[in-house]
Order: sequence, then structure tokens, then C-alpha cells
Amino acid sequence: MLSAHLIKQLRDFQLDVDFTVHPGEVLVLLGENGAGKSTILNLLAGLLPLDDGRIILHGRSLFCSVSTVSCPPEDRRIGYVFQNYALFPHMTAFENIAFGLRMRKLSPDQIIANVRQILDDLGIAHLENEQVTTLSGGQRQRVALARALIIKPHLLLLDEPLAALDQRSREKIRIELREQLVKSNRPAILVTHSMKDARIIGDRVLVLAQGKVVWSGRPDELQPGSGIPLTRD
Amino acid sequence: MISGQTRIHKGKKQCILLFFSLIILTTILFFTLPVFSLLLKITLEEFVSAILKPDVKSAIFLSLITATTATVIIVLIGTPLAFLNARVSYPCRNFVETLIDLPIVLPPSVAGLALLVLLGRRGLIGSYLNDIGIAIIFTTLAVIIAQVFVAGPLYIRQAKSAFAMVDPVYESAARTLGASPLKTFLKITVPLARTGLLSGVILSFARAIGEFGATIMVAGNLPGKTQTMPLAIYGLMQSDITASIALSIVLIGISCLILVLIRIISGRSA
Repeated sequence: MLSAHLIKQLRDFQLDVDFTVHPGEVLVLLGENGAGKSTILNLLAGLLPLDDGRIILHGRSLFCSVSTVSCPPEDRRIGYVFQNYALFPHMTAFENIAFGLRMRKLSPDQIIANVRQILDDLGIAHLENEQVTTLSGGQRQRVALARALIIKPHLLLLDEPLAALDQRSREKIRIELREQLVKSNRPAILVTHSMKDARIIGDRVLVLAQGKVVWSGRPDELQPGSGIPLTRD
Repeated sequence: MISGQTRIHKGKKQCILLFFSLIILTTILFFTLPVFSLLLKITLEEFVSAILKPDVKSAIFLSLITATTATVIIVLIGTPLAFLNARVSYPCRNFVETLIDLPIVLPPSVAGLALLVLLGRRGLIGSYLNDIGIAIIFTTLAVIIAQVFVAGPLYIRQAKSAFAMVDPVYESAARTLGASPLKTFLKITVPLARTGLLSGVILSFARAIGEFGATIMVAGNLPGKTQTMPLAIYGLMQSDITASIALSIVLIGISCLILVLIRIISGRSA
């Protein structure tokens, strides 16, 4: 389970959000550009420093302003699917997925077995030796998800994972992604602009504006034009 | 009437073409003729026998050793500095970068004199080193210091641009996957910046191996000890012009090799 209270002074406003995400639950962060959605993911991952607050994940304190605990990103065990995926362009799909396991010093046999397993699970075994620069948007999305899931993260962060896809791929991968997230049984946070993404993938929605939660509830309660700054699907 | 106008137009076009062809030809000749005249001056036998002479051999050997050592030192001290300048915003960064760039525009004789004043027996640092029995001036170490001084900024500049072109999101991704900052640097940043870094290494090696002005002032021209190829070319010009030309041809060969390497690297990156 993730419990977080994040306070960070940004250029135009102070971000201040408090939320909890349970195992197997997908929390969707909706909001306009610059509302603080991606900043929340970066704060959770330890890529940006927090001014104040706390992050407790899987019973472990990753950040606490009172006890001055601040765990570095590499020790947080948080899987992150970046916008545009951030796959290492000098590596193959296999090497990208294996990277996290190599950093954990697993034996070569274990690495091969684990990577092949996840490649099979995500239906991308045929891409094993492909250079990631040659993959399509959907294929890159799956490789990025595999790379984030293989380290068995306690929390999964997804920053607009469908934004780089065309409309047809989005429809298909949206459902697949929901299935993968349910199957992984980990708390997950998904940032999106899309109401449809929120409805299909999410279990709970937080709508953000100027760093504050302005609406929260179930995805099926989302109504366009009810003061929630929703954008394209 | 129309055919007359067309003829005049055609004639004008040919004149312009001829004019530009002459400019191109003159420019090419201006830059290549001196080099070719060197190549045509001696025969292959003369070249081989010249480069086998002890002084010439030792100059080639010393040049390769000192330029390689200087390049290794430049990479070791220049890489962290270039990365810092590319990634971290600190006070006076622009000023620091300008200071580092200074040796690029400094006349070699000024660079040599500056090093002499710093490291000489009565120099700012040299006097202290002299007290503890360390002499730098007129040693092989002085050659390496001069080469690092003039060639280092070229690498640091190139490496900084190479690091700045790497999207930090890859480094962030590596960190979330469990890589420490050092592992991230070695496994992600350096491989992604490798083309620019390699170009920097080659350029600084080229500058180091061709270094003359600062070296002669700070290290002298002692055969076997401080006489690198450019210094030997100058030294042998009066007594043995064949050996001097042979050494020049070796340097031309190294320069051509460097140009080819840079072309290959740029081609790969493109």
C-alpha cells in the first residue's frame, strides 16, 4: 500500500496532495498541463526532492520530513513507465528489460529466465533481440511496462503511457494495460489527460488543478463539464 | 533576336561557372599543394631510411607516448568537469567555462611562457617544487603538461556538448531501475554520449601530438627527452631536411587517420 502526503513549492503554486493507493488499485491523476500530475510521480520516485510531507510504501518510509528520511530513487523499488517510455536507445528490448535485474546483480541464468518469462507474459517474445529504436509505439509501450514490472516494484507509476500511440492502438492497449495492472496486483498511479483512459484503466480518480485535488471519486462518476478540466480522449 | 539573347545568357552562365571553378580550384590547390609538395620531395626509400634514424624514431615514440598520456589525463580530469558543466547549474559556471576555454584562443607562445612562469625554478609553484627536489621544466613531464594545457579545453568543450545532448530522462529511468548515480553515468550517460566523447578524444589527441609552441618554451628541444615530432621537424630542418620531411609525412598520415576516424564517427552518429 502507498500512503503519501506530498508538499512541494513549484514556480507558480504549491503542490499539496494527500492520498493512499491500495494493492491492485489503479489511481488515475487527471488534470490540465502544469497541474502537477507528472511532478507527483517524480516526487514519489525520488527524482525530485520534496519540501515536506511523507511517503510510506509497503510499510517502509521512503521520505519523512520529520525524521529526515529520504530514500534515493534506486532504493525505492518503484517501477516507472515514462512518457515516451525512455527506453535506452543503445540497447535491445532484452537489454532494456534486463537492466533492472543486472543492477540487482542477479545471475545471468536468472536474468534470462525472468526476462523471457515477462516477454512471454506480455506477448512480445519475438522482440527480444530487436533494437528498441526500431519498435512501434505499442511495442515500445509493452517493453517499457515489462522493464518496470520485472523489478517486482511495490508501486507502479505510469506517465501518459498511451499518449504516444495512435487512436487504434490506444483502444487495444488501454484494455491490455488494465489487464496487466490488475494481474500485477500492485498499487499503480496513472497520469493521463484522457477521461476514457481514466474510465477504463482506473479504479479511482483524483482531478488536480494548481497542485491541489479538486475532485476525487470513482471513474464512472466523472462527468464532463462539471468543473473538471478534462481534455481529449 | 531570341536566339541571340539565349546565346548571351548561355555565355554569361559559362563565365560564372568558369569563375567559380577557378575559385574552387585555387582554394583546393592553396590548401593541398604544400602537403603534396612534401610527399613528392622524397622517395619511399629515403622516407624509410629517415624514419629509422635514432633521433627520428625517438621523436615518433616520444610523441605517441606523451600525446597518449596527455589524452588519458585530459579524459580523466575533463570528463567529470564536462558532465558537471552540462548537468549542474552552479554560480559562475559561464565564467569557469570561459576560463577553461582560454587556452584554445591563447597564442602558444603565451601558453608556454605562462607555464614557464608557473612551473619554472622561480615560478609560482615551481619554486616550492624545486625546494623538495622536483624539477618539471625541460622534462618529459613538461611536454605532457603543455599538451594537456593546450588540448584539454578541446575535449572538455566537446564532452560538455555530448553530455548536454543526452536526455536526462534516460538517467532518471536508470535510477528508478536500481542504478546508482555512478552506474547510471557509466552504463547510460557515457554510452549515449560516446560519439561526441570519441570525437573529443580524437581532436584533443590531434592537438596534443601537433603541439609545438608551448612545448618548446616549457620543455625545450632535447632529443630523446622532450623532442616530440613537431620539435624534431623544426630541429632537423637545418641539418637533415630528408628526416624532417619524413617526420612531417608521418604527422600528415596521423592527421589523415584522425580525419577519417572523425568522418566515420560522425557518419555513425548521423
